[in-house]
Amino acid sequence: MSYLADTSENPYLLMGNEAIARGALEAGVNVATGYPGTPSSEIIEALSTISQEKNVYVEWSVNEKVALEVAAAASFAGLRALCAMKQNGVYVASDFLLHLAESGTRGGIVLVSCDDPGALSSVNEGESRFFARYLEIPLLEPGNFQQAKEMAAWAFELSETLKSIVMIRSVTRLSHARGNVVFGTLPSPAVQAHFVHDGPFLDPDTGPATSFPVVHKHRLQQEKIDHARKIFDECPFNLYTGPETPDLLIVTSSICTLYAQEAVHELNLQSRVGILNLGTTWPLPSNVLVKYLSLTDKILIVEEVLPFLEEQVKVLAAEMAPHIGVKTFYGKVDNTIPKAGELNPDIVIAALSRIFHLPYESASADNLRKIQVSVPDRELTFCPGCPHRAAFWSIFTVLTQDGRQGFVCGDIGCYTLDLFPCGFSTLKTVHAMGSGIGMASGFGTLHQFSIDQPVLAVCGDSTFYHAAIPALINAIHHQSNLTLVVLDNSSTAMTGFQPHPGLPVDAVGNVAPVIDIEGICRAIGAKVQIKDPFNLKETQKTLKRMIQDKKTNVLILRQRCALIPEKRGKKEYSMYVDPEKCSGKEGECNRICTQLFGCPGIVWDKESDKAKIDEVLCTGCGVCMNICPEKAIKAEKKG
Amino acid sequence: MDKKYSKNLTKIKSRNLPKDPYNIIITGVGGQGNVMASRILGEMLLPESVVTTGDTFGASQRGGAVMSHLRISSTVWSPQIPKGKADLIVGLEPGEALRAAKDYGNSNTVVVTNTRPVYPVGVTTGRLEYPSLQHIKEALLKITDRVWFLNATDTALRDLQAPILGNTILLGAVAGLKLLPIDKKDFERAVSRHLKDRLEINVKAFQIGMKMVE
Repeated sequence: MSYLADTSENPYLLMGNEAIARGALEAGVNVATGYPGTPSSEIIEALSTISQEKNVYVEWSVNEKVALEVAAAASFAGLRALCAMKQNGVYVASDFLLHLAESGTRGGIVLVSCDDPGALSSVNEGESRFFARYLEIPLLEPGNFQQAKEMAAWAFELSETLKSIVMIRSVTRLSHARGNVVFGTLPSPAVQAHFVHDGPFLDPDTGPATSFPVVHKHRLQQEKIDHARKIFDECPFNLYTGPETPDLLIVTSSICTLYAQEAVHELNLQSRVGILNLGTTWPLPSNVLVKYLSLTDKILIVEEVLPFLEEQVKVLAAEMAPHIGVKTFYGKVDNTIPKAGELNPDIVIAALSRIFHLPYESASADNLRKIQVSVPDRELTFCPGCPHRAAFWSIFTVLTQDGRQGFVCGDIGCYTLDLFPCGFSTLKTVHAMGSGIGMASGFGTLHQFSIDQPVLAVCGDSTFYHAAIPALINAIHHQSNLTLVVLDNSSTAMTGFQPHPGLPVDAVGNVAPVIDIEGICRAIGAKVQIKDPFNLKETQKTLKRMIQDKKTNVLILRQRCALIPEKRGKKEYSMYVDPEKCSGKEGECNRICTQLFGCPGIVWDKESDKAKIDEVLCTGCGVCMNICPEKAIKAEKKG
Repeated sequence: MDKKYSKNLTKIKSRNLPKDPYNIIITGVGGQGNVMASRILGEMLLPESVVTTGDTFGASQRGGAVMSHLRISSTVWSPQIPKGKADLIVGLEPGEALRAAKDYGNSNTVVVTNTRPVYPVGVTTGRLEYPSLQHIKEALLKITDRVWFLNATDTALRDLQAPILGNTILLGAVAGLKLLPIDKKDFERAVSRHLKDRLEINVKAFQIGMKMVE
């Protein structure tokens, strides 16, 4: 039994994401969908472990837009549905979300966006909160772990009351942190799915599900938002703690609430500063705000990324100025709080110490003055035996020999590391999922302007299904001159090996039909070859031919991720360095194995000043024996 | 809104903590069992404490540093400890212990650290220099004189044939130092919740750790 189905009263130390999953279970969620993306993936993963026990349909969808469409179908069939994604997923899903907001919903439906302030595991610092405002759907932001569970459960009820999708926004430091969570009761929903569609056209419960007639439905959505505001004004998730007449009011939400509490505690300002933690941040609970803004003249707004709360609170304060007086605001606009990067308690401490003119220096400042010893950073690199290192070595070699300043357009996955020396820095554009092939499609059509650089694109296997197919169709239809390299490692590796349509298994472990990348590419009209990236010679020969060709070529480099559990601990070769042949520090090779190729499985032995294999780290892929010009790295085939 | 949703965390009567909140950092390198160690230590203090843990583990499998922050208290705290405010730093790797101590340590901080380094790839490939264990020791002692250097990984390898249990040995040492109201029973309870089939060998490792600081 999954611990998420536990009914005991003892608290569990739950990740924010697990708390959200448990909250959904306590609301009797029937359908859960998503696309993997840090820091959101554990929500769907947690629900997949309990899918059978609690009769929940769980799927890793092909992308976030489809995930939301699948969840919405459940809502229209009268079920409760949850859809989870990272912040940029909301941008992908936003076109459908725009229409869903206006069509309204039926069974409770909750969109969870896990934002990543500071881009700890992202290539953007996107804000999802503005979508709630633009698209006019209610927004909840849990401020701790217990709240994450309670809000997730309540959000379904709210969605059914309003007949609108409800959005929950978490952040990395909540989603990936843990705290005490006391469980509530788990219902055993017995439901029958049925989509009623034959009622009057305008009937929200029985008519067709559509945003037509648009202006009518838009007005309806705005009425729902007014209704939400009234509910939020009475909502216990909006909580004030502090003195009756504070010198300063902090208005905050999400995990920033805990940073604000910490800062007030560190500076001993409990008797001078009050904290208003908003759990419902769109629409703002205006009566609650007016009540607490009236307590003082100075307001500090603590939030991450953009001034979302700050702008709204200022508008409200301007409207209410005749009643509550003129306020002085501190926040992002006056640079009291930084506009980019994640926050932490120290940043809020610094903000408060400036406002109150209180000197504050942490012990770490003194440590840094006292200690000169520094530990080198742990730079990110591809794992030992990673097929991407081999693939990019071939791309680097072929582009260098070609000499026409060729480059690679890429997107999001472990292979984004090719921006850096560990991947030989051939990757020159990185944007959204699938953007590598889209960008390459563009570069590859610039021949009338005399572009003569070889254009390559890379994408992973999961990314191929997610967003690369339309761009590949575009490239072929417009006869773009490019080579797409599909780095097929048979997994969604970066986010933790979730299955995707190329694998014979679905999110809950059932057998699923495989969608074949090669077949799709051929059907579109691309010339396709499949190679093993560990075979450097074949890969480089094929790549050379492809970048000379004036057509759209696809090279599928297929080799499983080195971290795939079935592959771990199994070596094809036992590698060793022949010290007689290794030319050492003085060699003409310039230590290509350790200085350039850089696999962590090859180390530099200081005593002999020669290369050496680290038996523990080496996975025995055998690629490095073809890198060494002296043929000093040797392999013994394992039985 | 139904009252059942509004159950906020109320303060609970916590175990007899030396300080509230008591702030712990467990730090190491991807693959050393950092996150599991923080989860087990956190659960050892349930249900009589409110525990908040924050992990930074985005790309840890790809050679990065991993750091977990734990707050032990009667109420919920930020999952990030303010600079200079760690009461205890557990280093699964000595270089990471120093890095954490520089940022989060103070003159009262207790440091319990493994002595076996895990070199970054820039060091193994000969591009960067790693400070010697002696230099790391001297630097740590400039921050606080409450430092324990334990050869946890080597002991785990020698006595248990499993280097990963270095993390459990260090947890045992923390319990042995009696800095927190935790004992072997709490450890057994927490481990059987998550690693039931590895309970026996983990308990062995825990006891080895307790003995190391006697």
